[in-house]
Formats: sequence, structure tokens, C-alpha cells
Amino acid sequence: MEKLLNEEVTKQVKEYLNPMKESVTMVLFTQEGACNTCQETRQLLSEVAALTDKLTLVEKDLNKDAALAEEYGVTMTPSFVMLDKKDTYKGVKFNGIPAGHEINSFLSALMDMSGIDFGLAETIGSRLDKLDKPVNIKVFVTLSCPHCPGAVSNAHRLAMSHPHIESEMIEAQTFGELSQKFNVSGVPKIIINDEHELVGNQPIQEYLKTIEAL
Amino acid sequence: MFDFAVETQSKQSLFESQKHFDFAIIGGGPAGMNAALYAIRKGLSVAVFSLEIGGQLHNTSEVDNYIGIEHTTGGKLSEAFHHHVLELGVPIKTGHLVTKLEKPDDFHITLDNNEVYTAKTVLYATGGAPRRLGVPGEEEFANKGVSYCTTCDAPFFKNEHVIVAGGGNSAAESVVDLAAWASKITVVHRSQWRADQIILDQFKNIEGLEINLETQILEIFGDTKMRGVRVLDKPSGKERVIEADGMFVEIGNIPKSDLLKGLVDLNEQGEVIVSRDQETSLPGLYAAGDVTTQPYKQIIISASEGAVAALAATQYLMHHKN
Repeated sequence: MEKLLNEEVTKQVKEYLNPMKESVTMVLFTQEGACNTCQETRQLLSEVAALTDKLTLVEKDLNKDAALAEEYGVTMTPSFVMLDKKDTYKGVKFNGIPAGHEINSFLSALMDMSGIDFGLAETIGSRLDKLDKPVNIKVFVTLSCPHCPGAVSNAHRLAMSHPHIESEMIEAQTFGELSQKFNVSGVPKIIINDEHELVGNQPIQEYLKTIEAL
Repeated sequence: MFDFAVETQSKQSLFESQKHFDFAIIGGGPAGMNAALYAIRKGLSVAVFSLEIGGQLHNTSEVDNYIGIEHTTGGKLSEAFHHHVLELGVPIKTGHLVTKLEKPDDFHITLDNNEVYTAKTVLYATGGAPRRLGVPGEEEFANKGVSYCTTCDAPFFKNEHVIVAGGGNSAAESVVDLAAWASKITVVHRSQWRADQIILDQFKNIEGLEINLETQILEIFGDTKMRGVRVLDKPSGKERVIEADGMFVEIGNIPKSDLLKGLVDLNEQGEVIVSRDQETSLPGLYAAGDVTTQPYKQIIISASEGAVAALAATQYLMHHKN
């Protein structure tokens, strides 16, 4: 099978992931039959996993492994979550293939999950200390959108910073119905708890303001 | 089938050891990147502050007019600039907005997380934000059919009818980009084409392209999303409706000069007035690229202005050693 990552990109990704600190596990959910980009997502994740011994890929089936899917809140395919070295789910999820520009939010999440300090602690300070309700952040993207990875990384970093926050990238082409449900025709579009909208690559302060006002 | 645009990472840790710089650059587009390159090579301590790297280059798909590079994309060129600067060890702070620029003694740069950095000289190169049409319905249907980024949002209009508003290079390029997705494209522009002929020549291969020059958009209408526009045909003075599923507004940019209001001289459009050395009315503060009064908003011109600013700042620092 032809590789998705060419020689040059393979080298870039390998260098990028070289400083990873601890191990990370990716749990990918696919399903048999009609699944747009399941095969490509599987291939991308395996090719990346092969570039470092700190990365493991586990593949599950949405229907056969329904209990695990429920545990991670996975309802669509392809979808994958990242677990830290203790196999803890920290609310970091990707729905659809993180190709094109979105490779950057994927690689960035791997680095962050491996324990590299992403420098958000000072910015957040004590602002989320009182947060006691679940927060879901959806970030709709297209693969040709250069402003989208920044928005996804911010959301994922917030998820890693607080146990009540989960964040998911949603590739709008693969999940067209969901995009229509949320009236997405411009990206990045950030939707918090299914009702509060932010548009564009917003600084982390805007996420914090919206979450504080929930 | 899929491509992968991996971006080089900046080392944010470089900021932990250093809070004061000879030359601080606000903005991560061509002007800021080229200024960083020139300044670090002169031996200045340099830092770049920008929410994201690339600036408006990121909204450009094809780039065919940067001398020496026959064909590339905005994303690739931006990544090449970024990589070049990072290789030289320039610290680049992304993910944060600069919220304040003051000059009590040295320049003070405050970020949205309240971090403060100081610098002896500053380059302000924040570029522009997409200009809005300023017609009723625009705010209501922004991102509900009305878009300001063709590369980002074109996939939402597969097999649909879209309007492109504008008549410059970015509008013409938007038409070319959308041809791969939309089934019908209608250009609406209030005057005549200003785009390069070489881009307009590509239109002959685009099916379902309709061009309305001397036509002004009066209003955007719709329900949960945009459904069309009401326009004025200027020669006949008649109004009519064009129904469409979406619209890409490509009518230029407005300068992002908010932080400089009250600090330096701006013109009526809010563009920063600069000297031949890119210096503003406040000594030690430079501006370059699309945020300035320079009328030709081009990648190579912004990059050149960044170089001029860095060299001028080097001279300034030599004459103001204390």
C-alpha cells in the first residue's frame, strides 16, 4: 500500500515527535462497512506510531467495543482519543482524519499528552478552580484551514488542564450532518456545551471567558 | 489524496530566560518574519509576538509572484519563512494576543495573559483584517453563508452557487479556488477589475461563471443561513436579487492598528504613517507591511519593508546606546 506520509513529511514528523517525554496511547474507533476515511485514518495513525517507540495504537470497533466507546464518549467513526502514560483519558478526541493543516493539532496534542509543558498553567491561574460542571468543546475544522489547528490545540490543552473539560476536533467534511446541525459554514467554529459559539482562531482568553460564564 | 502541512514549532521556553529585547516584533506575517531574519543576523536580540504565524499569507492559496519561486502556496511560503527564522534561534511567542503597547521608558509589550516584555525598539507589523462590505445582513449571516476565508471555507459549498464580492487579486483568486468546489460562481463588484490579467486569464476554463461589474451589493438576506443578495446595477440604476448559497467577501483589508491609536500618527483609514525607513512618528517604533500607508499590499513588499525596519532599528540602536 502506498504510504500517506511521503519521505519528507515522515522526516518532519519524526523530528517533531523526538522530544516526546512519556508514552502515549491512541485508541482508534472504526467500524465495518461504510466508514468514510476509516481506512486512511488507521493508516495515518499507524504510520505516525511507527516513528517513535513512545506511541502505541490500539484499534477498537465502535459496535463490538461499545462499552469502551461509551467510556470515552465516542459515537462516530473514525474517532480516536489519546491516553497518557497511565492510560488516563483526559478528554482529548479527534473525529475524522487530522490531515492537511490539521496534522499540526494532532502532533501538538501528542507532545502535550506526553508531558511536555505547554505553558498554560500561568495563563489559567486559578480561573478554572471553581469549575464543577462538565464542559464539552467542539472545534469544527476543514483540512485546508490554516487557522484551525491553533483553535483545536487551545481546546485540547484546556481539556488536559482540567478534569471537567473535554475537547473534540470535528472534521466538517467527514461529519457533514453534524456540521449542518450546528450550522457550520465557516471554520474554525468552536461550540461550547452545544450552545455557545466562537468563530475563528481565538486566544485562550476567549475560551476561558466563555467557560467562566457557563 | 491527503497532503500534510507540518509546521515547525517555536521554542516557547526561550522566553523564560529573557524578557527584554533590542528589537521586538509584533506580527508573524512576511514583514515580521523578514525583520526577524535581518535583525538577528545583525546581532540584535529579537523576539516575535503573534497570535499565529503566517498572517494573511495563510488566506492565500496560490503564490506565483514571489521572485525566484515560480509557484508555491501561501501556507508553504509562510512555513519556509517561519522555518528560516526559527533555525536562527529567534524566540517566537504564538497563541497570545498583544493587548497593549506603551513607552514609559523602553517599550512595554503586554500580552493577553498579562505577561509583560520590554524592548528598546519595536516593529509593528500586524497586517490587516478582512474588510467587511458594511451592508445590512452581513453581521447576521457571517459564517452562516458569508465567509472571509476561501481556503478555509470553500469545501462547505460543494455543488452550490456562491457569490464572490470584490474585483482585486484576492477576489479573482477566490474564483479560481472555488471553481474546484462550487457548481456556479457569480462575481459581484462595484467597479471594474483590478486583478492581474494572468489570473483573469484562468477564468476562461471555469464553467458556470457569471461576472457582474459596476454592481453594488445593497443587502444580504436569508433565514437560518444566507439565501442571496440584493444588488444595484449601477449603469441602469435598477435593483435586483441574486439568490445564492454563500458569499466570499474579498474586498481588501482594514489595518489592524488599534494598539497604536494615540501613540503614533495614523491616516484617516487607520493606516500607520511611516518614513522611508519605516519609522513611525514615535522614534524607535517602526511599522511595516499592510498596516502602513504603503498602497501595494503584496507579500514581497511587506517582506522588504520588514528588512528596512530591522536595518533602520539597528542604526537607531547604535545611536542610542543608553
